[in-house]
Amino acid sequence: MNTPATPRFDAREASKWFFRHGHTGWLGLRFTDQGDNWVELELPWREDLIGDSSRHVLASGPIISLMDMASGMAIWQTRGSFQPVATLDLRVDYQRPARERASVRGRVECYRITRSAAFVRGIAYDESPDDPVAHVAGCFMTIGADPREDNPALRGAMGHG
Amino acid sequence: MADAVELPAYARSLGIVATGADEGGMPVLTVDFGPTVEGRPQHFHGGATAGLLENAGYAALRTALVTAGRDPQLKPINITVQYLAAGKSQASFAVGRITRLGRRNANVTVEAWQTDRSRPIATAVMNILMV
Repeated sequence: MNTPATPRFDAREASKWFFRHGHTGWLGLRFTDQGDNWVELELPWREDLIGDSSRHVLASGPIISLMDMASGMAIWQTRGSFQPVATLDLRVDYQRPARERASVRGRVECYRITRSAAFVRGIAYDESPDDPVAHVAGCFMTIGADPREDNPALRGAMGHG
Repeated sequence: MADAVELPAYARSLGIVATGADEGGMPVLTVDFGPTVEGRPQHFHGGATAGLLENAGYAALRTALVTAGRDPQLKPINITVQYLAAGKSQASFAVGRITRLGRRNANVTVEAWQTDRSRPIATAVMNILMV
């Protein structure tokens, strides 16, 4: 039987579309790296994203957005298909401020996935993953259909059930 | 209250503003729905909701500190956000409540909602270090 292979979800390809629009587009998120069950994205340094007028350091809010997005993509990467998820719970433990005028990278792995839930953990760092800016842990649930299924970059890579 | 709700560049850039209203003496912040906060189509991105919650938490803490005659530097220790319902394509609001104000740290609880104050879309607990 010749069943055509379903294209696997690819974070690098999906990023090209995801980061053109909306909140993540506004933040200017960029794809940097991926593995079987993890995705790394970058939040570029930007003057208008600082959290404290006395220091040129990225605010913690955009770092949560970075980690939330990297979490979702790590889940799709692990599942191998794009299936909309909703964040149930996300915890961020700040280890230290990011360095002045530094971009921050978020690397998140999906360490457990079931039909309806996914669990992630990750780090945000500026220079080295061995010296994180923050640790994160989160729990996500799958939700219903998403109009992004029309997106050509994701076509065929959708989850069904 | 004006000083306490002086928002950082990130918050202003995202479109977060103080409504001028308060709850229990704590300022209510709001952000309109638009491209800068949109995640999946026609819904708030979880990160944008977290940004609103976090800023409302800091605004509440600064308000309490001004009342107490204190002006420390604030450093985030952690934040845990619970997402309760999808943020739809309309304005969101948030207000913080000081659960405990200590000498070195504070514990702040924040709620965000849209049309119905009694149906929060997200809550957060923040631990903040004061130095």
